[in-house]
Amino acid sequence: MEDVKVLGFWPSPFSHRVVWALKLKGVKYDYIEEDLPNYKSQLLLQYNPVYQKIPVLVHGGKPIAESLVILQYIEETWPENPLLPKDAHERALARFWMQFGLQKGPIFVAFFTTAGEDQEKATREALEALEIIEEKALGDKKFFSGDSIGMVDIAYGWLAYWFPCMEEAVGLKVLNPATLPRVHAWIQDFKEVPVIKENLPDYGKMLAYMKKQRAKFLSHLPSLNH
Amino acid sequence: MADEVSLLDFWPSMFGMRVRVTLAEKGIKYEYKEEDLRHKSDLLLKMNPVHKKIPVLIHNGKSVCESLVIVQYIDEVWKDKSPLLPSDPYQRAQARFWADFIDKKIYEPGRKLWATKGEEQGAAKKEFLDIFKILEGELGDKPYFGGETFGFVDVSLITFYCWFYVYETFGKFSFEAECPKILPWAKRCIQKESVAKTLPDQKKVYEFVLEMKKMFGLD
Repeated sequence: MEDVKVLGFWPSPFSHRVVWALKLKGVKYDYIEEDLPNYKSQLLLQYNPVYQKIPVLVHGGKPIAESLVILQYIEETWPENPLLPKDAHERALARFWMQFGLQKGPIFVAFFTTAGEDQEKATREALEALEIIEEKALGDKKFFSGDSIGMVDIAYGWLAYWFPCMEEAVGLKVLNPATLPRVHAWIQDFKEVPVIKENLPDYGKMLAYMKKQRAKFLSHLPSLNH
Repeated sequence: MADEVSLLDFWPSMFGMRVRVTLAEKGIKYEYKEEDLRHKSDLLLKMNPVHKKIPVLIHNGKSVCESLVIVQYIDEVWKDKSPLLPSDPYQRAQARFWADFIDKKIYEPGRKLWATKGEEQGAAKKEFLDIFKILEGELGDKPYFGGETFGFVDVSLITFYCWFYVYETFGKFSFEAECPKILPWAKRCIQKESVAKTLPDQKKVYEFVLEMKKMFGLD
């Protein structure tokens, strides 16, 4: 049995995706915490020379980078407890929604790293994206993948835990349960899934980290009107 | 029951071409529908309500959107002919990694080469060439990115080849000088009927860009 290693970083929603998938499939692994952003280890530079980012999965010494690529590799290598549908069209839809999350990522980053007009624009665009997720991605389903969580839910995990934390760090509420009831319900249900619940960073620690990051981003912005 | 396949597309789109090459590789009969992107059809808006973009594959009434999602779908459904993704999961992961790299890195700096000037264009040119040098490194001495056979990564990248004259002319560089391994690889891919019959002539794409620049006041 070849060994599995995960290079991760405790506040990263992306390394959590990999941890959740491995745990859902009962795969044993060694977790290596990278000391980002202070420095990138030799191991990280060796295993992910193109992006130099976590997460990286290393299976029998062979590295794989990019969390969504890693998720599909995990799915194909350990088929128990499948995270993708069997039907090809359903699978294409799952991949479509994972792509959508990837494409909209920069909007949520902008929400966290900007202020003033730029942040207002990001907030508007974030709401538009959330409305699409509410109506078209979730629809009437409990989870993106149906009655139980799958790869798409894992991919949107950042929305359930990291985004509300970002809202608190920034001091702006975007996710209104009244206008996004399905997303709100999904967030509560997702966080209750045992593997997820047991594998989330401490909220207080996460919030402190995000507040520090937020302050750093604000200090780099051109001077705002006070 | 015969499969009904149609493709909503736009002839110069390197994303749409990926689907056309794949359909040709697999010998799939389909109906091609050219979209006028300034007047999008009701069918396009219905089949891709989220992005309202081409390409869209419609298979027996159901739509698949996003070019690399479509290519994987076709590869999985018509799996007996010309497989594009390798069978080994690790090789598949590497193929997906590089296709994703190509998908997110090339288009924007490429667009800036012909749509912008001055500093912005200069920065885009550096970024564009850096990306192709990384791809050259990944190709190495292999005939194709996939190894011995034409595959998923080759499909993802080759469709930019018909835009090379545009990039070289506006960017004022030559692929031959900057990334010498890329042209022999492209010429090898062009030997394949599916690629040769799909990719429009480089000059035709250049004329299209000239028209677009005039239309959008980018001269």
